[in-house]
Amino acid sequence: MPQLETDVLVIGAGGAGMYAAVAAAREGARVVLVDKSLVGRGGATIMAQMTVAAAVGEWEPDHWTHHLADTIEAGRGLCNERLAAILCEEAPVRIREMDSWRVGWAREDGRMRAVMAPGHKIPRCVYVDFLNTGPAVAKTLRTQVAQGAGIARVSGLSIADLAVHDGRVAGAVGINLEDGAPVGIAARAVILAAGGLTRLFRRNSASANMGGDAFALALNAGAELIDMEFPQFFPIGHLAPRLVGMDPIMWDPFRYKLGGRLLNGNMEEFIENYGEQDSGVYTAPRDITSYAIVKECEAGRGSPNGGVYLSFEHIPEPELRLAFGPVIDRLAKNGIDLTRRPIEVAPIAHYHMGGIRVDERMETRIAGLYAAGEAVGGANGANRLSGNAIPEAFVFGERAGRFAAERRSEAGAWRSDDDGRAERVVDGAHGSGRNNRAGLGALLRELQALMWDDVGLLRTEEGLSRALDRIRRMRDDDLPALAPARKTRFDHALLDWLDLRASLLAAESVALAALNRRESRGAHQREDFVETDPAYARNQVVTLSTDGALECDWAGIVEASHARAPLEAAE
Amino acid sequence: MSAGTVTIRVRRGTPEEPSRVETFAVPYTEGMSVLDAVMWVHAHVDSTLAIRYACINANACKECMVRVDGKTGYACTSRLGPEGALIEPLDNKALIRDLVTDIVPPKERLAAHLSADG
Repeated sequence: MPQLETDVLVIGAGGAGMYAAVAAAREGARVVLVDKSLVGRGGATIMAQMTVAAAVGEWEPDHWTHHLADTIEAGRGLCNERLAAILCEEAPVRIREMDSWRVGWAREDGRMRAVMAPGHKIPRCVYVDFLNTGPAVAKTLRTQVAQGAGIARVSGLSIADLAVHDGRVAGAVGINLEDGAPVGIAARAVILAAGGLTRLFRRNSASANMGGDAFALALNAGAELIDMEFPQFFPIGHLAPRLVGMDPIMWDPFRYKLGGRLLNGNMEEFIENYGEQDSGVYTAPRDITSYAIVKECEAGRGSPNGGVYLSFEHIPEPELRLAFGPVIDRLAKNGIDLTRRPIEVAPIAHYHMGGIRVDERMETRIAGLYAAGEAVGGANGANRLSGNAIPEAFVFGERAGRFAAERRSEAGAWRSDDDGRAERVVDGAHGSGRNNRAGLGALLRELQALMWDDVGLLRTEEGLSRALDRIRRMRDDDLPALAPARKTRFDHALLDWLDLRASLLAAESVALAALNRRESRGAHQREDFVETDPAYARNQVVTLSTDGALECDWAGIVEASHARAPLEAAE
Repeated sequence: MSAGTVTIRVRRGTPEEPSRVETFAVPYTEGMSVLDAVMWVHAHVDSTLAIRYACINANACKECMVRVDGKTGYACTSRLGPEGALIEPLDNKALIRDLVTDIVPPKERLAAHLSADG
């Protein structure tokens, strides 16, 4: 017998996972919602500071087809336009539902306030003050999950493997961290909502759990990944001076509200030299700004710590206070006075455009296996539009939960020989532990450096081949030799080992896809193929063969035609 | 930015054994947090050193609560001075291992659902 049995198992309890759980439960399904961290505390959602893009149209006339046009333009020709259309059409519905759950979207004169963000042609990004979008969203969804009938929450459960038979998912197995117990969970449907892979890169804005778990689970289950060569680098991640207790992405909202000026090490504006404008407005797309910063540093025009300057010195303090209130005091505690000196910023791995390939029901090619949130690939193409990550969590989470719930009356596929699967997986993750206790940390650091240097912002065939070769040897040789000795209570080394196992497979899929794309497009910049090549206007699909090798294939773009609706017709 | 090393002392162990305090020398950077130092030890010296955290530095997940020189606080927002610190698990929660204590709400524990499901 499995330890738990349910209709819908949701893996990952950030924004997408919690929304999926709520949506499945209100269809009458029994749900088990698990997270290796605490439910509603880990993941990326809670880190979000500000913008949530949705054509709500209260602040200025807007329509979802305009949001879609901006999303597709940002995606540099690679968006799955059907998924993008679903995202944009349903985002306002989910924003209003969150509003009815009292998330507290900022309002002025009774209208939901929306700001302009890079890549958007209409101000459509809603938020919760001050820099509180993520925590407010997480709290609201935690409450909905807690009140939802039929949702069992399990914190501190790390899922290590899915059970699949004849192309049909049967459940999952993992380890309960508190006591080290192997756990099997039989489920009629499984939703992968465990986020992206930004932790693979040396400089990242990730939480501890963004190591590519969802992608490794999907590959091992026989599902496909798409667009894996496209990690998004957020251009102006905090670099210096050291900030404590603040997210490195925090300057994004500052620029939304106050503009600010981006300057190179010579205190000159430079974005203009790369075909975009800056000078106090915040409109240049993320891929171009990241590229420009790296090129300025390469040319010796960087700031002392290897980035560029962001200056708010021209903005009077009362205006700073009006926009960010208590945040200005938190900055003062960190010794930062924005009226007196600029801070240093540099690109930082922030989001993954690629992910699990799904249909419009969020289902993979494995029956009963769904994905939601950042783990899904396709909607954002080669470059994600600012503000699309949180609506993606809501919209894809809600859909995954609703469609997964339709399987609640089916017979489960769990077999009696699955009962021992959890024990076997946990056994396989342990070794003598004779290797030095610093080995797992060293291997992760090496992987992060490799990904940053050779699979990061600027790529070449030589660097990508080198990385791919080393990652394969890490996966085949280094990792097995580092399996830790078995402990029962909170086995942090085992958690690291399982994380690294997933991270290496996810990293290999990024490096391989990047090597195959011999052009530059969006977040994928090749120094040996600097032009965008129309022949590559297609998506790359990654799968895992039965002998454990990754394989790539190409697929045509999924198009949809939605003409921009006249804005007078907007609600 | 680096200015030598700082010494942290960490209380370790499980409920089944007497606790011990281990001393680690960590590279010192001005403005670093207690969590920075513990994560450095976990990554460079001993990956069996157990601590709970998720958001790392954003003071969002609220999982990294420990005692620093006897005072309860979040490791990610507690500054580490050049004089170092004694870092211990919370004393009002059941110990699991090292700096990890049982802060999981009762309804979110696996055990709660095992009994419910028979």
